[in-house]
Amino acid sequence: MTPDELLEIAETERESQKRFTHRVNVCLAAGCVSCQSQAVKDALDSDIARRGWGDHCQAKGVGCMGLCSEGPLVSTGVLTGNDRLYKRVAAADAAEILDSIDGAPVSRLRCPTDVPFFQRQKKIVLENSGVIDPERIEDYIAAEGYQALIQALTEMTPREVVEQVMASGLRGRGGAGYPTGLKWSTVAKSFGVQKFVICNADEGDPGAFMDRSVLESDPHRVLEGMLIAAYAVGSSDGYIYVRAEYPLAIKRLRAAIRQAERAGLLGANICGTRFSFKIDLRLGAGAFVCGEETALIASVEGKRGTPRARPPYPAMEGLQGQPTLINNVETFANIAPIIRKGGEWYAQVGTEKSKGTKVFALAGRVQNTGLVEVPMGITLREMVFEIGGGIPDGRKFKAVQTGGPSGGCLPEEVLDQPVDYESLARLGSIMGSGGMIVIDESSCMVDVAKYFMDFCMTESCGKCTPCRVGTYQMHRILSSITEMTATPQDLAMLEEFCDLLKHTSLCGLGQSAPNPVVSTLKSFAAEYKSHIEDHTCPAGVCGKQPGGART
Amino acid sequence: MLTFAKPAPPNDDKRWRLVDATMRRHGQQSRGLIEALHTVQEAFGYLDDLSLRYVATSLRVPLSRAYGVATFYHFFTLKPAGKHTCVICTGTACYIKGAPLLLDAIQKDLGVLPGETTPDGKVSFLTARCLGSCGLAPAVVYDQQVAGKVSAQALREHLSQWTRHDA
Repeated sequence: MTPDELLEIAETERESQKRFTHRVNVCLAAGCVSCQSQAVKDALDSDIARRGWGDHCQAKGVGCMGLCSEGPLVSTGVLTGNDRLYKRVAAADAAEILDSIDGAPVSRLRCPTDVPFFQRQKKIVLENSGVIDPERIEDYIAAEGYQALIQALTEMTPREVVEQVMASGLRGRGGAGYPTGLKWSTVAKSFGVQKFVICNADEGDPGAFMDRSVLESDPHRVLEGMLIAAYAVGSSDGYIYVRAEYPLAIKRLRAAIRQAERAGLLGANICGTRFSFKIDLRLGAGAFVCGEETALIASVEGKRGTPRARPPYPAMEGLQGQPTLINNVETFANIAPIIRKGGEWYAQVGTEKSKGTKVFALAGRVQNTGLVEVPMGITLREMVFEIGGGIPDGRKFKAVQTGGPSGGCLPEEVLDQPVDYESLARLGSIMGSGGMIVIDESSCMVDVAKYFMDFCMTESCGKCTPCRVGTYQMHRILSSITEMTATPQDLAMLEEFCDLLKHTSLCGLGQSAPNPVVSTLKSFAAEYKSHIEDHTCPAGVCGKQPGGART
Repeated sequence: MLTFAKPAPPNDDKRWRLVDATMRRHGQQSRGLIEALHTVQEAFGYLDDLSLRYVATSLRVPLSRAYGVATFYHFFTLKPAGKHTCVICTGTACYIKGAPLLLDAIQKDLGVLPGETTPDGKVSFLTARCLGSCGLAPAVVYDQQVAGKVSAQALREHLSQWTRHDA
């Protein structure tokens, strides 16, 4: 495909879309699909056909619209500037929505969009989510898709691409926050007969679904990011390592790869240049540790996913011993806009050291659960109480958990701190991949710490002793605390284990496994104390009944 | 030079062709092991002794490595699943919103632990680390169908439909 052909496709697609004066967007991402949004779309389709509106009205399946707890979501008036969002739509509501398309909105289904949940967001990664049809490449191209790739291939040298990414200040969105430009330049400089680009879509953190939504809503954006990366570092082979637990994301990725190959945007001599690149999918098989890059590489090679000591880093010696660039889905999703609009444009958003936006999966005991993209530097309070809409059922806020099993629980006192890599690390948590779970007074923090330790214990790969044995021992002590049989000596031992695991484990899983315990010990020491000394659980969760909060 | 003849499929079941196709796509190399096992599980429902041996010999990896991989990853199962499957999500959001109550209910009603199938082979009870449907917590998957905001009561009713009728 040549640049002109791409523009032509974009133009034709925009022309063909112009004939529609009305469009009804239906969310067809996994959250809404499980609330039967496909049936809503089918009902709209057949009703439009029955009315003979096919020439000017279109029902379109789109990606995630964000407010997953209120699905299925439907929006109308996108073309007429008369935006309306409807929530909890059933197939039976189709006729009513179409009836009201030019008139007054259906108030019983109306979901207000002038609330902070929508207004406080800034969309870069999710700019196409809920807008384009993820299963059609033409729609992506019409929304400026693949323009950044053509721009990079025809107007920029690989070095200039890396420089733009460096200038953007983008940092790895998988959690650790390593500067992306630096990683790219290391791989670009490394010598190897072959280089690989791997997209880490093994979103293992419980309570995180950002990558799934991006893959389901805008798969081509990830492919484009990988293509640009491959051009920048000089790679010809790419892999996407995606969780087998995400069947819809896999289906859409497969379709997207096929479409891109047919359009000549993947394969040999892309856009008539000497650059060739192919992408293959690899399905994960349910091992959390495979999110760690060396374990992921072992898994792509068909082995058990056990990590190895670094250095050498994958940037020097990765897949098949060759230089390998591994980035997270969201990192790749940021690349196309950075190239299109320039690294400096991107660097305007965010804080001094954490640039750009971050997608969070907001869940737990909070009014609005779903997917949000916010500029770095927003405070935790704004996240929980403005965007999240506060705690439901009149209960009291207790903590917000970020970073999954590797992160920590942050109490009320630090809610005014900004969300960026440094601040969260200073508070004893991590940015992580973007899971943000709100916990209210009905949960016991010792029980929550035990939950995460149980996770790490089960997911420990067993290769290094501190992690394999340490997580088991820490879980045992936490269990004894929740069963009210622990002694103060046990608590001292627990603290010692935290230190031991952090400093002696082989990979990030073991090194960060104590984080939930350390952070709860720091902020909720009184809860530990009352379990041990008074044999009572302040939240009333622990004891004889099974752990966890009551609904 | 040593030559290697790929073994013939263990029997004339047509599904072996799918497995062969996957292994061919990966050049009959050991790196295709996980993908081949995925295909076996998709085609046959689980990995048994026969299929593990066949895949291992075809890809020229020791049986111990094939078994190691099959048992390392949670997604692979070495036992046939029941007629229905019920997966309870135990991700953080679901845990906070009451997944433990669901686990308790199902264990009491069916008398089986996570990962087990009822003795009559009707229902398999599994847990998932996170389905990524956190907006719908607590979430349950009944036979591939995700259900959101499930209460223990609703779960019990759904299970009784499976166990009562021969549905």
